[in-house]
Amino acid sequence: MRLGYLIREGFRSITTHGFMSFATVAVIVACLIIMGSVSLLSLNIDRLIKDLEAQNEIVVFVDESIGDENAARDLQRNIEAVDNVASAEFVSRTQAMDSFMGKYDASLMEGIDEDVFRHRFIIHLNDIAYMSQTKTELEAIRGVAKVNAHLDYAQNFVMIRNVVSVVSLVLIVMLVFVSFFIMSNTIKLATFGRREEIAIMKMVGATNGFIRLPFVVEGLVLGMMGGSIAFVAEWGLYNLISGRLVGSITGSLLDVIPFREYALPVFVIYMGVGILVGAFGGVNAIKNYLKV
Amino acid sequence: MVFMQNVRKVYESSNTVALDNVSLTIEDGEFVFLVGPSGSGKTTLMKLITGEVRPTSGKVVVNDFDMGTIKRRKLPKMRRTLGVVFQDYRLIENMNVYDNVAFAMRVVGAPNSEIRTRVPYILELVGLEGREKRMPGELSGGEQQRVGIARALVNSPRMIVADEPTGNLDPARSLELMLLLEKINEMGTTVVVVTHEKELVNAFSKRVITIDCGEKTGDSSEGGYYGI
Ligand SMILES: Nc1ncnc2c1ncn2[C@@H]1O[C@H](COP(=O)(O)OP(=O)(O)OP(=O)(O)O)[C@@H](O)[C@H]1O
Ligand SMILES: [Mg+2]
Repeated sequence: MRLGYLIREGFRSITTHGFMSFATVAVIVACLIIMGSVSLLSLNIDRLIKDLEAQNEIVVFVDESIGDENAARDLQRNIEAVDNVASAEFVSRTQAMDSFMGKYDASLMEGIDEDVFRHRFIIHLNDIAYMSQTKTELEAIRGVAKVNAHLDYAQNFVMIRNVVSVVSLVLIVMLVFVSFFIMSNTIKLATFGRREEIAIMKMVGATNGFIRLPFVVEGLVLGMMGGSIAFVAEWGLYNLISGRLVGSITGSLLDVIPFREYALPVFVIYMGVGILVGAFGGVNAIKNYLKV
Repeated sequence: MVFMQNVRKVYESSNTVALDNVSLTIEDGEFVFLVGPSGSGKTTLMKLITGEVRPTSGKVVVNDFDMGTIKRRKLPKMRRTLGVVFQDYRLIENMNVYDNVAFAMRVVGAPNSEIRTRVPYILELVGLEGREKRMPGELSGGEQQRVGIARALVNSPRMIVADEPTGNLDPARSLELMLLLEKINEMGTTVVVVTHEKELVNAFSKRVITIDCGEKTGDSSEGGYYGI
């Protein structure tokens, strides 16, 4: 019966304090959407940069002394054994020449022996931040003649990626603080009209735990409402904006991550933040009234 | 039951000595008026009884709880032995009469079955039968104070303390209310009432404790309030 009372009481106060409940949910929704949008934007930028990075390849040329194609292919295992090598694709000198001739005028190739083109591996890295290290390791493999890598290029990408993650981290941390501040004040305002009620409870001998619980229930319910409304709104907003972006920029240059991919973590985080903020906000807001 | 010995209460914030060297005993079952001019320390004495303030020095015992040393955690248990009535009623505006009274039982965890039988009984006792569904705003001052008394009474306290319960009522309503408190006292509950109203006090021949400038200046068992 006690539990029933507490839960009923939590819900009752939500309906009887309709406007303040609405304001609390609205603030939670707004803060979550702003935080979520910044996070999703930075995830997209991160993904975009990773895609561009992935196009940044290293070419490992096989020494001419290994003329035989199969002997050259045997190097694959040694190359893949190097840390940070994501993939290594063998290209024989014949293939290399064919693709070269496909791109350029065949007349340029007159008289050039196919031996000039070495066997090679096209390599993609896990993380281009360690490109120069990987390059050194690749050069140390016996049978490797030369390694071509765009080191300065890689450094620029790494720098951009770091700037984006630092900026978005700072933004998110700031937003978390601002949101907590706004939310705890909104809930404080919402409970201000109830200090009388709390004072009466204290006078008839209700324990602090008992007084607190309906506020916790109320905070939890408001938090969950805020979390789920924010989730649905974020979903709609994200699809709307990404649809506009993809539609307006022709070509598949811009590849937006589908919301589905992040739906579960976004939902879990929104609910978690909503519940935490709601419950702690509720407890925090009435703390001062319990001292009598 | 209240036992006070050499009680002194100083409010640090205003540097006021609200009570000084007060000693008194109120036995179970007594009806006591507490009188005195404004600012003499009556409310302070009531707050020492309810545990809202603690004595600066001296001993205060209420219903077997030592109020000078009682742990915060134990206050709820102590307060369940008390019923408090306020001058401004302090009803919850968005609850009807029934719920305002039932509320006091719910927050101490009383079972529903008990609430359903006890609340109507108490409402009838204070003369509010038929008013259960009214909101506080739809009641007269006298009726609102009856709700306040019903709420104080519903958990069967050993003692009722009321700080100027008739302060906002006309003389006729005040007398009715005092008669109700007398009836409650006759049923076995200790009653302590703070009041300014000389005529009212003199209409009853009850024990009167007089306070002036924070000191006890009179304690007559046969009533009579001859002060200013
Ligand atoms: N919370 C407080 N902080 C500081 N000083 C206080 C506080 N409460 C009361 N006082 C002071 O203590 C003295 C006694 O106040 P108290 O309220 O006990 O008087 P009272 O007899 O109830 O007066 P009244 O008849 O006007 O209600 C007064 O001088 C008052 O200014
Ligand atoms: Mg007073």
